[in-house]
Amino acid sequence: MTATGIGAPVRRKEDQRFITGKGRYTDDLVRPGQAHAYFLRSPHAHAEIVRIDPAAALAMPGVLAVLTGDDLAADGVGGLICGWMIHSKDGSPMKAGPHPALAQGKVRYVGDHVAVVIAETLAQARDAAEKVAVEYRELPAVVDTGSARKSATAVHDVAPDNTVFEWHLGDKAATDAAFAKAKHVTRLDITNNRLVPNAIETRAAIGEFDESADSYTLYTTSQNPHVARLVLSAFIGIAPENKLRVIAPDVGGGFGSKIFIYAEETVCVWASKKVGRPVKWNSDRTEAFLSDAHGRDHVTHAELALDENARILGLRVKTTANLGAYLSTFSSSVPTYLYAPLLSGQYDIPAIYAEVDGVYTNTTPVDAYRGAGRPEATFVVERLVEVAAREIGMDPANFRRKNYIKRFPHQTPVIMAYDVGDYAASLDKALEIADYKGFSKRKRESAKKGKLRGIGFSSYIEACGIAPSQAVGSLGAGVGLWESAEVRVNPTGSVEVLTGSHSHGQGHETTFAQLVCDRLGVGIDQVNIVHGDTDKVQFGMGTYGSRSGAVGMSAITKAIDKVIEKGKKVAAYAMEASDKDIEFKDGRFSVAGTDKSMAFGEVALQAYVAHKFSGQDLEPGLKEGAFYDPTNFTFPAGVHICEVEIDPDTGVTKIERFTAVDDFGVVINPMIVEGQVHGGIAQGVGQALLENAVYDESGQLVTASYMDYTMPRAGDLPSFSVGMTTTPCPSNPLGIKGCGEAGAIAAPPAVINAITDAIGHEGIAMPATPQAVWRAIHRTRPAMAAE
Amino acid sequence: MASVTMTVNGKSVSADVDPRTLLVQFLREHLRLTGTHVGCDTSQCGACVVHVDGKAVKACTTLAVQAEGCDILTIEGLANGSELHPMQAAFREHHGLQCGYCTPGMIMTAVDMVNRLGHDIDEATIRHELEGNICRCTGYHNIVLAVEAGAKAMGGAGMREAAE
Amino acid sequence: MYAFDYHRPTSLRQAAAMLQKTEDAMIVAGGHTLLPTMKQRLAQPSALIDLGGLSELRGIEKKGRAVVIGAMATHADVAASDVVREAIPALAELAVTIGDPAVRHRGTIGGSVANNDPAADYPAACLGLGATIITNRRKIVAEEFFQGMFDTALDEGEIITKVSFPIPAKAAYAKFRNPASRYALVGVFVMKRGSEIRVAVIGAGSSGVYRWSEAEAALAKRFSPKSLDGMSASADDMNSDIHADSEYRAHLVGVMARRAVQAAVAR
Repeated sequence: MTATGIGAPVRRKEDQRFITGKGRYTDDLVRPGQAHAYFLRSPHAHAEIVRIDPAAALAMPGVLAVLTGDDLAADGVGGLICGWMIHSKDGSPMKAGPHPALAQGKVRYVGDHVAVVIAETLAQARDAAEKVAVEYRELPAVVDTGSARKSATAVHDVAPDNTVFEWHLGDKAATDAAFAKAKHVTRLDITNNRLVPNAIETRAAIGEFDESADSYTLYTTSQNPHVARLVLSAFIGIAPENKLRVIAPDVGGGFGSKIFIYAEETVCVWASKKVGRPVKWNSDRTEAFLSDAHGRDHVTHAELALDENARILGLRVKTTANLGAYLSTFSSSVPTYLYAPLLSGQYDIPAIYAEVDGVYTNTTPVDAYRGAGRPEATFVVERLVEVAAREIGMDPANFRRKNYIKRFPHQTPVIMAYDVGDYAASLDKALEIADYKGFSKRKRESAKKGKLRGIGFSSYIEACGIAPSQAVGSLGAGVGLWESAEVRVNPTGSVEVLTGSHSHGQGHETTFAQLVCDRLGVGIDQVNIVHGDTDKVQFGMGTYGSRSGAVGMSAITKAIDKVIEKGKKVAAYAMEASDKDIEFKDGRFSVAGTDKSMAFGEVALQAYVAHKFSGQDLEPGLKEGAFYDPTNFTFPAGVHICEVEIDPDTGVTKIERFTAVDDFGVVINPMIVEGQVHGGIAQGVGQALLENAVYDESGQLVTASYMDYTMPRAGDLPSFSVGMTTTPCPSNPLGIKGCGEAGAIAAPPAVINAITDAIGHEGIAMPATPQAVWRAIHRTRPAMAAE
Repeated sequence: MASVTMTVNGKSVSADVDPRTLLVQFLREHLRLTGTHVGCDTSQCGACVVHVDGKAVKACTTLAVQAEGCDILTIEGLANGSELHPMQAAFREHHGLQCGYCTPGMIMTAVDMVNRLGHDIDEATIRHELEGNICRCTGYHNIVLAVEAGAKAMGGAGMREAAE
Repeated sequence: MYAFDYHRPTSLRQAAAMLQKTEDAMIVAGGHTLLPTMKQRLAQPSALIDLGGLSELRGIEKKGRAVVIGAMATHADVAASDVVREAIPALAELAVTIGDPAVRHRGTIGGSVANNDPAADYPAACLGLGATIITNRRKIVAEEFFQGMFDTALDEGEIITKVSFPIPAKAAYAKFRNPASRYALVGVFVMKRGSEIRVAVIGAGSSGVYRWSEAEAALAKRFSPKSLDGMSASADDMNSDIHADSEYRAHLVGVMARRAVQAAVAR
């Protein structure tokens, strides 16, 4: 390992601009002549729009335009789309209601886009928005996930019972048979709380129309600018792909919420031509709460069947997934193919059957949020396993170990073919770091202080490296999920890597450069990573699903391999040898068996001057591209252990220890990987203890600001103990599995298992707020007194 | 309109502004100092923290006109030319940032923390002092390490200056 | 924010005159409640009269058997004041629980008291210590000053200039933060001065800060946390929201009161 190569904790190249205030985020950009957009949003969860009268608003100072859904329709601008087709059990396609970028006839959630006001300043636009007269006819709102299908009110005409799909996966008959012979069945009712992603940079967009080139540019907070361009062109129909450039500059966190193609950026692009000015929109935090796609929101009943030897026989899951008022870009895939295929966890489970009903409600659309389906699956499996162990009186760690998959490859009953792993190794290491042996002593010490201490496990697995295109295509995806890269070597030997991945905190400018250093032997300062601009990068599928290492870097690796091959040919001409005799190592091309060699930079120069091979069958230049389509998902896995101490007087839960041992395969930069784990755990702990998007019965979002939505703060969290084990991924050239989502997937059940261990029963839901924990403890007291 | 004059990163600036202009808008839109960010509307997230007369202040909850006559320090003014401030260097060294959006506010808060509490700050104190700064990426683990190290480094710099 | 005019008077008299003559004008002190409210367009003053230029309102001094704090003293000023820390350490400790460091650098005691937010901290200290609120016109005792949520005895054109806190023998504040906003979900200020016992509760009651007379009676017998064992406030008239329903709040009032007494006794 070199100081800047694979495996080195290289300090990040991108940090210089961020720590000096020189980052360039979308809202930092000022386009010449830019006007400002303010979206008038529905105050009602469900209403017909009787009339919109913009006259008074148009008369306000600085106002350039007030545009509505009628204007969109008149221009033939299509609606927003959901790019993943799910078929119900009966074979029927999911019921996708229309999703106009500005409401047409109806609003379906609080925050739905009614009109846009464009003015010289944001303050003027906002002043004028208050003068747009909108007459609504209010309708009853469907809010609750569990009862949405029974509501007399339909969110969309196309789905009269608010059912988007009734999907299933697995073998029902085999699973029923497994339960029929079970010695013990563990049953749980689980609510997976609704979350708001809350990247600290809110979404923003600037649409700009260049009249002379007859083309648009969209600057936006996107995790995948090419996908945004594809959808805006091919489906929404704003402009042909070759007439639309999408730039995602520095992006301040995404966590899934910036994957999707939303109304606001669509409208900004379209409106820029209508008003003849660049149109800028920047979300405020309350708008973000209302309009960024939310995450999770499942109601589940799950059952686990055990035999007399504490072996798992089968798993049965019935889930209702709230998709909100409209189907967001990838929403339908999250509670289906990103969820149920993970229900086998790390366990050898012979039979699994899962049913998922997707429902509409008059709430903000729900889509992928860090982990996307996999946290929901892991929560079901790891709560069931923990409770099952407790019910049969077995140590939860031993119960897990007993049921772990131990031979690979392993085909689960729910699609996934796990390629490699060593789950017991992670468990052993986690038990050691967490000092599991010392727990009972610590529990006694807590008891002396009047505190309740508990410990909880989570043996999670995720499917990352999303995804083999053929596989996802067969499951309903509208796109392929490969990645592309181009490696451009300059005549002086410096290197530009153009990647379809997008960094919004992941540190690609550093890790991708480490790969180049490692393979080409050039200095890390000689490497630039270019991303986030559809005019520069040929194409790309973007960053989500822990895919940029496993898929994005594999594409770069392929391109680098081609550069080396081409370099060998150039070097062969330059050193007058056969290209079969050229070896490349540590940044030098050499002729085998001789002392002749050339540095990488010298070969690059030779490639561009072409003096030695002009007229030969070799093109000048040194630039190669590659597309990498994975052959399998990757399967990061690990064990997280949470230890809590609860104050029974207040219900306050303090996380005393949090241990994470993960197997991410080969790690490029351990410093960055640990950072990803820390951040994921914080979001997982946030889900377990703090965060909850709450709607009232009328469909108003009660938690629409940081005054009511509890964000994890420094004081809510401990320092984390992070360890790693390694089984390299066999399906990609670097052996990478991916690390971005692990913490968010693993942490919630670890925390809840610790709390339920502490309080002595399973009756608590996420988030386990002080009030909820106090109530849960309180509930047990009379029962304990009676014993 | 109201006129306002203040010193920003050592330079005197004057402007006529709409009274409803927030200090953070003034910095970002009038002075184009876009390192100071806005992450919320309720004075909670701390992405907008700058120093006003040497004290950390949320620039999203301060009117530009309220800063009349004040000395403002933003993230852009923290480094000494090309030499990073020790707290900036500590954030890089300890990977105390990911997306970078909360980072300017974090660093300005951390420097203020050291100015008030000295160079030897323990983890519990740092976590408590970061109550008004929200980060969604890092889980705070490395931010805490960075602040601790940055505080010590600031002390080292101070001692060197004193010795000279 | 809606548009407004901005004035920065150089004397209290000038400020009062401006406030009197400008319809719908409001005073801005630190602005840390008012500005967020205005940003959400929930307040629409025609003009803001900024007291930031009135340095005479910032002092903190011991006057006889009281600590007198100028209305423009920030929470950080109060927390760091040697006068306060020596005479009424509970008050300095309360100031440190408000918001976060940056908020404490701007937020003022006068602004907090004038706003009488039912989840703010200072009203509990004022009522708990038996403070007197001094305005440009008169002196108002805390009992009469706080008149329910966001409601005070202040007349139009009246400006708080100082708050005078009689020095107690023992006092402490225990706060249970709202996990999201960090305001007081429940805050209890307890005080003993001779035979006088006060227990002031903020955050819990639906009419804002109040004195918990049952706890005061119990503590009058013996000023010890044991005197409050098993006591919780009545859940009637308690606030209820997603973070804490009235029953939990009532319970927390008891817990926080015991913790406050414990801290006061230990001092």
